[in-house]
Amino acid sequence: MFKYVIMKNIIVVGNGMVGYKFCEKFVANEASKDFKVIVFGEEPRPAYDRVHLSEFFESQNAKALEMAPASWYAEHGIDLVVDERVADINRTAKTITTAKDREFSYDYLVLATGSSPFVPPIKGVEKEGVFVYRTIEDLEGMLAYAAKINAEKPDGKAAVLGGGLLGLEAGKAVLDMGLEPHIVEFAPKLMPRQLDSRSSQVLKLKLESIGLNIHLSKATNQILGDGKITGMEFGEDDTLDVDMLIVSAGIRPRDELARACGLEVGVRGGIVVDNTMKTSDNNIYAIGEIALYNQMIYGLVAPGYDMADVAVHQILGNTDKVMPADIDMSTKLKLIGVDVASFGEPFMPASKGHSIIFENKTQHLYKRINVSLDGKSLLGGILVGDAADYSMLHQVYLNGMKIPEDPAQLILPASEGGALLGDVMDLPDEAQICSCESVTKGQICGVIENEEASDLAGVVSCTKAGTGCGGCKPMVADLTNATLKSLGIEVKDSVCEHFDLNRQDLYKIIQVKGYTKFNEVLDNHGNGGHGCELCKPLVASLMATIHADTANKEYAIQDSNDRFLANIQRNGTYSVVPRVPGGEITPDKLIALGQIAKKYDLYTKVTGGVRIDLFGATLSQLPLIWKELISHGFESGHAYGKSLRTVKTCVGSTWCRYGMDESVSFGIELENRYRGIRAPHKIKGGVSGCIRECAEARGKDFGLIAVEGGWNLYVGGNGGANPRHAELFAEQIDNETVIKYLDRYLMFYMRTAKPLQRTAAWQERLEGGLDYLKEVIIEDKLGIAEDLEKEMQTLVNRFECEWTQAVNDPEMMKRFNHFVNSEEEDDNLVFVPMRDQKMPEPWV
Amino acid sequence: METILDKYKATEVANVKVWFKAASINDFPKDGGACVKYKDKQIAVFNFTRLNKWYACQNLCPHKMEMVLSRGMIGDDKGIPKVACPLHKKTFSLETGENLNSDLNAIAVYPVKVEEGFVYIGFDE
Repeated sequence: MFKYVIMKNIIVVGNGMVGYKFCEKFVANEASKDFKVIVFGEEPRPAYDRVHLSEFFESQNAKALEMAPASWYAEHGIDLVVDERVADINRTAKTITTAKDREFSYDYLVLATGSSPFVPPIKGVEKEGVFVYRTIEDLEGMLAYAAKINAEKPDGKAAVLGGGLLGLEAGKAVLDMGLEPHIVEFAPKLMPRQLDSRSSQVLKLKLESIGLNIHLSKATNQILGDGKITGMEFGEDDTLDVDMLIVSAGIRPRDELARACGLEVGVRGGIVVDNTMKTSDNNIYAIGEIALYNQMIYGLVAPGYDMADVAVHQILGNTDKVMPADIDMSTKLKLIGVDVASFGEPFMPASKGHSIIFENKTQHLYKRINVSLDGKSLLGGILVGDAADYSMLHQVYLNGMKIPEDPAQLILPASEGGALLGDVMDLPDEAQICSCESVTKGQICGVIENEEASDLAGVVSCTKAGTGCGGCKPMVADLTNATLKSLGIEVKDSVCEHFDLNRQDLYKIIQVKGYTKFNEVLDNHGNGGHGCELCKPLVASLMATIHADTANKEYAIQDSNDRFLANIQRNGTYSVVPRVPGGEITPDKLIALGQIAKKYDLYTKVTGGVRIDLFGATLSQLPLIWKELISHGFESGHAYGKSLRTVKTCVGSTWCRYGMDESVSFGIELENRYRGIRAPHKIKGGVSGCIRECAEARGKDFGLIAVEGGWNLYVGGNGGANPRHAELFAEQIDNETVIKYLDRYLMFYMRTAKPLQRTAAWQERLEGGLDYLKEVIIEDKLGIAEDLEKEMQTLVNRFECEWTQAVNDPEMMKRFNHFVNSEEEDDNLVFVPMRDQKMPEPWV
Repeated sequence: METILDKYKATEVANVKVWFKAASINDFPKDGGACVKYKDKQIAVFNFTRLNKWYACQNLCPHKMEMVLSRGMIGDDKGIPKVACPLHKKTFSLETGENLNSDLNAIAVYPVKVEEGFVYIGFDE
């Protein structure tokens, strides 16, 4: 006997985040095997994470954003059709027709067509150089256009029309593309939907401080330019010159298909659905940004995922599962590195409760919480500048937890005695931690207790918590650690899977045992594996510090740059940076650099650390170039190492009419003192001759500013992703004291920091903070100052230029050949012209 | 269109037609690698001393199509011998070529044998 099961067809129109989530939830359900799912996407690639679209500007890796690779759909029996738009729905025949004129029939149709950017009807908006911000193709178009602008002029500008959430994301993209960013907003405030006026003002100040130009209350009359955009006009005599415009003025639901086939739509667009996600046609569902539920379009990913889940259950016959009437619109974002969060009711009318507001414009901080009239429950709030408390406050709000008698304590800097709300383990099991994936605290702790997961990565892969917007990740990590701890499992910040030790443990072990080989450390203290790209360079760096060695020892365990004593660049060639202490260089040396660069046809540029960088050297050219550099008196600049880079100086009293002291002389002395030492991360210094601070010393790991009566010493600054000003450590001290404190400070950092931790992050996480650091370094509270100084002095005394070492040792020179069996060079290298020099062919 | 990737096809010992004598074992660092030229191919060869094994794979990292894998660091990922690309630390199994930390395509791996102090790589052409 055969039993025929007639497969039912489900067609999903739209392969965005929500369309994908529908597929994922569908195949995860046992009852789905009697259905065949076909998904149509009009974009040329499978669904990707649009929430993190701006990351594409840094990585330019579209694959990294994919929700799942194309093969995932096939493995789960789903037919994925990309690059083919659904053009028509015939509700009577229950068929759809694509733009390629192919017809498919359906039993259930799921519309997840999302939205498209709204482009206001401004005159000239069709001009070249005007973009929208929605798809990877849009981004690729922008990148190509920005590259053109950058090649034509050094000071290109781009504006974003719209100061909402997406507009500010696009502003980040403009920054990343190297153009001067302008945000143009019609409303009198930024992020009008999420923020109140005061928080919006704080956000504006913060964004301006990092270089965004913000223009509020501006209605754009027309886009200027002949064929391509050259500016925007707001009113008579009120224009802004720009080379590019990104329109981000809101979204419109893509409901044209639904309108054409007569489904009920809202006045302002969107397909009307009930709480089962059903449209006015019983066989058609709508989910995500296209669905008009409660007369609202929900532009967040979490409600979209919930809708996908409801539609799956409804189609598979579980009709109890419906959308809740109240949808949590809480959200936490990092916009251009600035925390912004709102939860519950951010703008509560005074009749419903009281607001408590903490504002500090000098630090760009704003916190507001709304508390019920009886002061017992939290109704909502807004955080700008620091949203570290968001997860906790959001949980308190969601679970109606009790709040302190003085609710202000929820947002005021924590007093002594730790967090007021106890720890994460106090949350009820049903507390929803990840709202994107609807994961509760109970589920997170459960997978650890059931031994399905034993670390954070395991918890994330079992529960999917943290894979949506990522805002809950810190809390998932806290819960994971707390649960492990409660089970008696020790949580260690071990360096990698090959050691159960952290960097500080390894430091002590290598120091005490005197190990000089990686294998000795691994065999005696490892977990039985063979090492990896995390522990090998770390052990190499520790042995270099402890034994005052160069990176030439055991070159196979050195990080690639240290192995070849040069910085690997995009196409596998290297750049060369000789040391120019303090930035002082004689004309003869400058000429020598030019001649060498010319001889080897090297792209030449002044670095951010005001040294001269020569790019495009092949492996076999490196020793030849260095022999010549050394003969002109140069030595390695360690630009490739986790070690001292430069000590930047201003010209100081040597020439400057304002100079208070010889900043160049002292800068050179310090650079020569600390050159070559290996540290947890790179170290930069700066010395300024007066408080005008031309050397930007406060942006360095250590900085000195000459004042009346000596130097002011600052520590723990850096640029990078999280710029930090160094903090004042000691005032009006003489040269000798500076060196004493710096020796101790740097050595203490090298002993105790985590791998790849800059001084700023290390200092911030030291228990007791800067005061503790002063006690250790200045007052010698731990009684180690003498040891620290001695260790540093040994490193200083035993300095050797590792390039001089390498070119004088035939054995060491063997590594600088592209092939072991041929003198030929890499035949895969392609250079293209760039202004008057060359660059590697761009990556596709 | 033939791309540079098409030059590299994983080869099984059973299909080896040519054992190419590449270089002396002393030309390769312990627990490290170097690059061998064979016809128009670039092959990364690793001397995994800790396992007392030799591995060979394409020198081309499929992430950004650069000839750099031989300069990568080797080690293991939960017991699987691997190489980490020096450009962006993408890691690949030296046994199967599989990409271990994202979803790039596998790289081609080739058989290696050592005879009388010389390293041979097996090719099917």
